[in-house]
Amino acid sequence: MIAALAIQGLQMALVLLLAPLLTGLVRKVKARLQRRRGPSLIQPYRDLRRLLGKEVVLAENASWLFRAAPYIIFAVTWVAAALVPTFHSGLIFSWTGDLIAITALLGSARFMLALAGMDIGTSFGGIGASREMMIASLAEPAMLMIALSVAIIAGSTQLSTIAAYMASSAVGLRVSLALALVAFVIVALAENARIPVDNPATHLELTMVHEAMVLEYSGRHLAMIELAASLKLLLYLSVIACIFVPAGLGHGYGIALLGWLAKLAVAGLLLGIFEMSIAKMRVFRVPNFLGAALMLGLLGVLLLFVSQGM
Amino acid sequence: MPHLDFDIAHMLAGMLVLASFMMLYQDRLYALLRVLALHAFVLACAVAWQARIQDAPGLYVTAVIALGFKAILAPWALHRIVVRLGIHREIETVVGIGVTMLAGMFLVALSLKVMLPVTAHAEPVAREDIALALSVVLIGLLVMVTRRNAVSQVVGFLSLENGVDLAAAGAQGMPLVVELSVAFSVLIAFIVTGIFLFRIRERFDTVDLQALDRFRGERG
Amino acid sequence: MIDLVLACILAWLVLALCGAAIAQTRRGTALIYGCSLLVALVLLVTGAAAIPAGVSRETLPIGLPWTGGHVRLDALSGFFLIVVGLGSAASSLFALGYGRHELQPQRVLPFYPLFLAGLALVVVADDAFIFLFAWELMSIASWALVLAHHRESGNTHAALVYLLMASFSGLALLLAFGLLAGGAGSYTFDAMRLAHPPPWVAAVALILALIGAGSKAGIVPLHVWLPLAHPAAPSHVSALMSGVMTKVAVYGFIRIAFDLLGVPDWWAGVLVLALGGITALLGVLYALMEHDLKRLLAYHTVENIGIIFIGLGLALAFDADGLPAAAALAITAALFHAFNHSVFKSLLFFGSGAVLTATKEHDMEKLGGLIHRMPQTAFCFLVGCAAISALPPLNGFVSEWLTFQAILLHPNLPQWGLKIAIPADGALLALSAALAAACFVKAFGVSFLGRARSPAAAQAREVDHCSLAAMFGLGAICLLAGIFPGVVIDALAPVAQALTGAHMPSQIGLDWLTLVPVAQSRSSYNGLLVFVFIAGSASLMAWAIHRFASHAVRRAPAWDCGFPDPSPMTQYTAGSFAQPIRRVFGTVVFSAHEKVTMPAPGDTAPARMEKSIRDPVWATLYAPIAGGVARAADLLNNLQFLTIRRYLGFVFAALVLLLLALALWQ
Repeated sequence: MIAALAIQGLQMALVLLLAPLLTGLVRKVKARLQRRRGPSLIQPYRDLRRLLGKEVVLAENASWLFRAAPYIIFAVTWVAAALVPTFHSGLIFSWTGDLIAITALLGSARFMLALAGMDIGTSFGGIGASREMMIASLAEPAMLMIALSVAIIAGSTQLSTIAAYMASSAVGLRVSLALALVAFVIVALAENARIPVDNPATHLELTMVHEAMVLEYSGRHLAMIELAASLKLLLYLSVIACIFVPAGLGHGYGIALLGWLAKLAVAGLLLGIFEMSIAKMRVFRVPNFLGAALMLGLLGVLLLFVSQGM
Repeated sequence: MPHLDFDIAHMLAGMLVLASFMMLYQDRLYALLRVLALHAFVLACAVAWQARIQDAPGLYVTAVIALGFKAILAPWALHRIVVRLGIHREIETVVGIGVTMLAGMFLVALSLKVMLPVTAHAEPVAREDIALALSVVLIGLLVMVTRRNAVSQVVGFLSLENGVDLAAAGAQGMPLVVELSVAFSVLIAFIVTGIFLFRIRERFDTVDLQALDRFRGERG
Repeated sequence: MIDLVLACILAWLVLALCGAAIAQTRRGTALIYGCSLLVALVLLVTGAAAIPAGVSRETLPIGLPWTGGHVRLDALSGFFLIVVGLGSAASSLFALGYGRHELQPQRVLPFYPLFLAGLALVVVADDAFIFLFAWELMSIASWALVLAHHRESGNTHAALVYLLMASFSGLALLLAFGLLAGGAGSYTFDAMRLAHPPPWVAAVALILALIGAGSKAGIVPLHVWLPLAHPAAPSHVSALMSGVMTKVAVYGFIRIAFDLLGVPDWWAGVLVLALGGITALLGVLYALMEHDLKRLLAYHTVENIGIIFIGLGLALAFDADGLPAAAALAITAALFHAFNHSVFKSLLFFGSGAVLTATKEHDMEKLGGLIHRMPQTAFCFLVGCAAISALPPLNGFVSEWLTFQAILLHPNLPQWGLKIAIPADGALLALSAALAAACFVKAFGVSFLGRARSPAAAQAREVDHCSLAAMFGLGAICLLAGIFPGVVIDALAPVAQALTGAHMPSQIGLDWLTLVPVAQSRSSYNGLLVFVFIAGSASLMAWAIHRFASHAVRRAPAWDCGFPDPSPMTQYTAGSFAQPIRRVFGTVVFSAHEKVTMPAPGDTAPARMEKSIRDPVWATLYAPIAGGVARAADLLNNLQFLTIRRYLGFVFAALVLLLLALALWQ
């Protein structure tokens, strides 16, 4: 019991500590591909420390919701990340929430963020919130369809059961899993505000979605939100790893931990390369892109309902 | 391991359907040609795998024809024609991409509904492959129907033909598959050459997109 | 037990008469609403006690002359009495404060208890006569309440459409009961249960019941009265209509489809699933296009009714395929969602009523910044918005999670229609849930957040304590039902057992109050622990940061990228918030169209943007019917202007025709 609680605590601490490093890795890869030296890998930690020490500048008409939202967003994302089997598939609290609950928790975070964007009453906040909800209205159903197709294959919506099933030899190569993987990558790009859906480094109104919602935040609030965003990226990459590349999960803590770190590093590298090789889409092409992900998810579920072998 | 063989065959057929959906999604002509090349490449892999598990060496020839002709030669030729005619703009779709993808989904469901019960007594590996091949055919037809540009209609026809090839390869023991595929490829070559060499424009909505060049600002 | 219920109904009828007498007096409002509150609480407790207890019946002396009126209280009625009681209690409590602002109380007070009596009587009716009598009583009383503010524009039109649709639903139900009664003409539900009508009769009766009850519940395409009538009524009545009356309509459908008809066919499941899915998606898309707060909430009711019917369709499908455990899960999910919706929709309507009292506005484009002026209302409204968007750990998420578990349960059903309908409904459910979140970010963000867009919003004041008490109470129920869902599910077990022959596994005894719908290995969810973790992590981080890092705050003007804008009109409005979604979904479904006219450079005229939306259901179904009826009426109008000779000719022709018919009959 104590050991299990310690493992869960270690998981929660590790995801929190590694999230900025992952962000730093992606930035470094992108910089290197642009033939720049780029910021150091631990720059995000320095940024967070600097922000935490600064005073918060609040707009005059900010309400309690604006001040409470960063903590709620961070807490919800952290709880969702604590439910993902990263280096151990039998975490003690993994049964409190399944893949659908994780999707809904991330939806709560997004709900609070969009409301915080609307709180000050500037047009930038409105832009960010309305575009974010449009993207979410397609990305979240796609995610749920992917969750449904994976759950039908694995016989459960619990991530630990899914990871165990995918690691076993009973799964085989299935069309619906391939469709789910493609759709999942598209959804992960959209939800984490990556190119081609949103540019995480932009400050132009024309291209902002996530940045526009957090425009008025400063100091420790901004640090919380940035940390929550890095945590969300880590969460999505870990979920992709535990469902589609589950090798190493059952083999004892040391190997599983190293395997997870390796998978994250590779994923970060691939993400950086992908972001550099494609241009950002126009805002109104994003629904087509996400609609394709939703269709692929739906196709996967349909194939599974229609025929057991797929 | 026969189970893994079946799984890989289904996976390749599913990839072909995925490539068809990617074709539905494109609205730039060069990207469409690239997807056509990918489509034919996946077909070549699927036919080659069928050759391996059915132990039919003739299908290897079909795979090589698919690779050489449809994955390399046809896209290259179409690319040159597009450049020469100067029509490398966006493709006009008749209805929006969202509605087209929904129609594609409906066609996949329809072909599964029709083919799976009909082939109830066939071999398990062939059943789902034929159902997916029918959906590739139907989506190819959808591409032809929802595009105004003649080049994209030819691309749709080529993908339709890929679907027929997949079905023919999947049905074990179908005779003259190699000969049929050669004949089809020659037919396509003549059609494509005929359209663009003799400029049979009046049968198609448009070939020349310069006439449709309009200000692409806020649409609707 | 049933006697207590009948006593409550009688008490409400007496209150209705008193209301007619004392409406204009000073204490009249408080007296009527206070007594209604007490009666509603008694009804709530009775309903809760009735679920695990057995069946109790009564025969009333009124009713049809040869059979009398039968009433019955069983588990299903008990559950819906809880819904009626809770909704009525909350609404009466809210109205203790809200009703003081009513300008013409004599138009509301007599009909309000009458409406409540009708709602309660439908749920306990045990024969077709009492059921239809109570149904019509419910409709007429609510129609009178919709007409309470008859001087406002659009309300009379709304009342007319409502009356037409209510009559239509009553007619459909009458025909359904007529078919079920069969040739013997026995209208008691017991006789209908025992009869075994031929399959085509059962099929037509089911479709008629779906049309009749579905029209009252708000299924597309029969929903058109709902967004007109619900906003027109006073806010506490709107809450009752959206939160309770639609559920009573769902009760009517469940009673006929699951109880009176016996084992359904699989195509019934496909039909209900298809209608439910389309209703859910269209309802939320309509809601997104709205900028009137109450109309948005009314359209959203349509979406939630769609979700309930998705659950019911799944239950019908699983019943038809002989899977009682799965059917129990599906129907528990549907009933849980019905309960949840009545709670949070009432809460949201109370919030909009409070906003209406404080600002006299229900157009969101004139609100804004109310979180500063009405903080408690804003907090309750936020809880309602979060609950309806299915965010954990509140109750909306639990019922949606259960519906998804029901969808996943049996992917290999034999019928093709179900194989395609169930995944399609899963996608429609997911899509409508995500769009609902967008809709309520818009509703809360534009009304309560930001800056005030009009003087009315800038000078709003918080409402009175009774209204706030009602809202806080409902908000607390949302949280409790989300944290302790096992209690609700175990309470619903007798209902599921009665309807499908099985019930979900018992939830109370599980560790840490986890929810396990099927088996531990399959899926589980623990709302309490999720809530505790979220609260714990947020507090921990807040404490850690305030202790070890900075906690300084400085107020300054908004940054706004260096271009601060003094005018509140530059912030996002409801229409602009919905514009991306309108462009993505609206162009396909509503033929949404935007036209921008820019003046020439140097011209001081303003630029204009016009958006046009076309309601597809109204244009394709109702407008042609209305046009046809108008044309037929015009033609028949000619009968007014005939000469005497022509009138005599009509009488003569009718007589000859009847004689001919008689001749041919022999």
